[in-house]
Amino acid sequence: MRTLYQFHGGIHPPTNKTQSNATPIAGAALPSRLVIPLHQHVGNSARPVVEAGQHVLKGQVIGMAEGHLSSAVHASTSGTIAAIDEQLVAHPSGIPDLCITLIPDGQDEWIARESCEDWTTLSHSELRHKLRAAGVVGLGGAVFPSDMKLYSHKQKIKTLVLNGAECEPYITCDDLLMRERAADILQGAEMMRALLYAEEVLIGIEDNKPEAIAAMRAAVAAGGHQKMDVIAVPTIYPGGGAKQLIRVLTGIEVAAGVRSTNMGVQCFNVGTAYSAWRAIRFGEPLISRIVTITGNVAHPQNFEALIGTPMNELVAQSEQLAGTTNYIMGGPMMGVPMPSKEVGVIKATNCIIASSDAIFPKALTALPCIRCTRCADVCPSELQPQELYWFSKAKNLDKAEDYHLFDCIECGACSYVCPSNIPLVQYYRFAKSEIWARDAGKKAADAARERHEFRESRIEREKREKAEKLAAKEKAAQEAKAVQPAIAPVKPDADPENTLQLKIQTAIDHAKEQAAAIKPKNTEQLTPEQQAQIDDIEARRARIRELAKDATPT
Amino acid sequence: MLGALLVMAAIAIVLGAVLGFAAIKFRVEGNPLVDKIDAVLPQTQCGQCGYPGCKPYATAIAEGAADINKCPPGGEEGIHKLADLLGMEFKPFGGETVPKPKAVAIIDETTCIGCTLCIQACPVDAIVGAAKQMHTIIAAECTGCELCLAPCPVDCISMAPIAESVTNWKWKYPVYALTASK
Repeated sequence: MRTLYQFHGGIHPPTNKTQSNATPIAGAALPSRLVIPLHQHVGNSARPVVEAGQHVLKGQVIGMAEGHLSSAVHASTSGTIAAIDEQLVAHPSGIPDLCITLIPDGQDEWIARESCEDWTTLSHSELRHKLRAAGVVGLGGAVFPSDMKLYSHKQKIKTLVLNGAECEPYITCDDLLMRERAADILQGAEMMRALLYAEEVLIGIEDNKPEAIAAMRAAVAAGGHQKMDVIAVPTIYPGGGAKQLIRVLTGIEVAAGVRSTNMGVQCFNVGTAYSAWRAIRFGEPLISRIVTITGNVAHPQNFEALIGTPMNELVAQSEQLAGTTNYIMGGPMMGVPMPSKEVGVIKATNCIIASSDAIFPKALTALPCIRCTRCADVCPSELQPQELYWFSKAKNLDKAEDYHLFDCIECGACSYVCPSNIPLVQYYRFAKSEIWARDAGKKAADAARERHEFRESRIEREKREKAEKLAAKEKAAQEAKAVQPAIAPVKPDADPENTLQLKIQTAIDHAKEQAAAIKPKNTEQLTPEQQAQIDDIEARRARIRELAKDATPT
Repeated sequence: MLGALLVMAAIAIVLGAVLGFAAIKFRVEGNPLVDKIDAVLPQTQCGQCGYPGCKPYATAIAEGAADINKCPPGGEEGIHKLADLLGMEFKPFGGETVPKPKAVAIIDETTCIGCTLCIQACPVDAIVGAAKQMHTIIAAECTGCELCLAPCPVDCISMAPIAESVTNWKWKYPVYALTASK
């Protein structure tokens, strides 16, 4: 029996999972159109590589991964690209982002897939490259490109944690995935273990999912997987947070600002392991995912939905009931309201809750904080939410940062227990994005200062170099002048037979005589300054003549 | 009595020597206040303050030669920060100096004749181009100082405000209507 650990705080909200976990995963009907955003993951937006009007096959790359941290986007079915433009996306901002609209042709025709019978024949970098090209990202909600998380120096990572806790109410997509496709998940876990050089695999599943636990245990036994444990963890929200699950399973507390990999643990969602396996074994890119449709619908259920499926078309298959106000992507604790019912399903969409006033009554009026510190009792990150609230409310951002605002995982436990109904998490989100914006501004200012100073020093340097060059030239000219008298007179005599040279010389001499004979008319009554000026000019002329003499023979 | 006086005097001399040594050894080069002020300024290098860059303006503020409300790109927030730093009263923007939303310059590449005048004007080297070649702006490096607008002989540069997108979007400050209790 394994010793489990506890994390601080946590709450027990009604789970509301039984509505949707009784029926198996259904295949969603082919939608009328697919709106596939190019920026579904953490990192750089994918670059569109198709044109409007082009016919694409299922699984064809339509957005290429761009830069170091990015992921590819694929056509979810075969059809014609209708448009590449900005459309509303599943993001709380309601700001349009670049999307590819695909009209399915109904054939659902796959592109040639490159399957691999034995992934152990592939090198680790090949595997990572394949995952990146297949657009595999973390399906637990963070959508971080998985290939980036699968780098490891040998023996650095000891434990691979597979997260099947699914602590958030209403959501059952991982539950059903584990029940129905356990063997594939474990194959993916084996592959991830090899990539990370990890010794053991711990699969944490909350004990309110006995069917999933049984299915996974059976699959471990059937597959003969060694050093792989399926562990039932107590049901407590937010036990599915990566840091919380790692704490419960291994006792390791991941400190503020430290990555779990530095402590020898890496964590993946079970859905990610499944998608990674499908991508390597069958060459299937991430074009669909399991989505829980629940809330104000007649038949709450899980669907395997194509990425880009308009949410309302998906919810319609569960028969949306009257009184639905809007959709929430994610669970009731951490989910975000959608700007429109037509936005497409993205890789992060684990659940869509059709919201109604009956399910989620309007938020009660927020009352002043009474400093009861109930929020501090339930905070899984051991923060002081009431202090963070004060600082965020007063826009005292530095202070909020000092109180470890960025360790907040926005789980919403504090808001849930607040007797004054204060929307605490919204204040933290506000403060976080303000700090991000401020830091970005500061970084830009520093870069601008550096560039400006570099430019100034460059201009200075150019000026100096120019002056130096000029000085060197003048010096060279003076030196040439000093050397000249020794060589110059020799030259005309050196070759007396050269009649042309002689002729020129006689002509110059003649001109000189004439010039000497003519006396300028306005040279009487000159002031000493004027005379000095004239002498100066005459001297310069003489020098130029000398130079010319030097130049002519060559 | 005399012994005590001598001891005190000796201590005073030793401490004085230590202070004198420290003053020379740990001497701070330049004015640290200028750097602090410079860190607050937005580094657009636009010269709207009447000084040829952020550093000269910072120097002028440190010397007391310039007001703290001469930097429109810094906005009112910038004035607040300067006031906090210098222990002064907040001073609103006066008369003609008004803050504008953040923007980047955009070159209309079809009109550009490749004269390089804007490249010479750009204080942060954010314009790429060569003589008789089309110029373009590195948007990520542009500080929005508008110094390139005036020298352009064909008026092909315009300022485009930075629009809110999914990547730079910020969560809004929660605002809740209070209802009077019945």
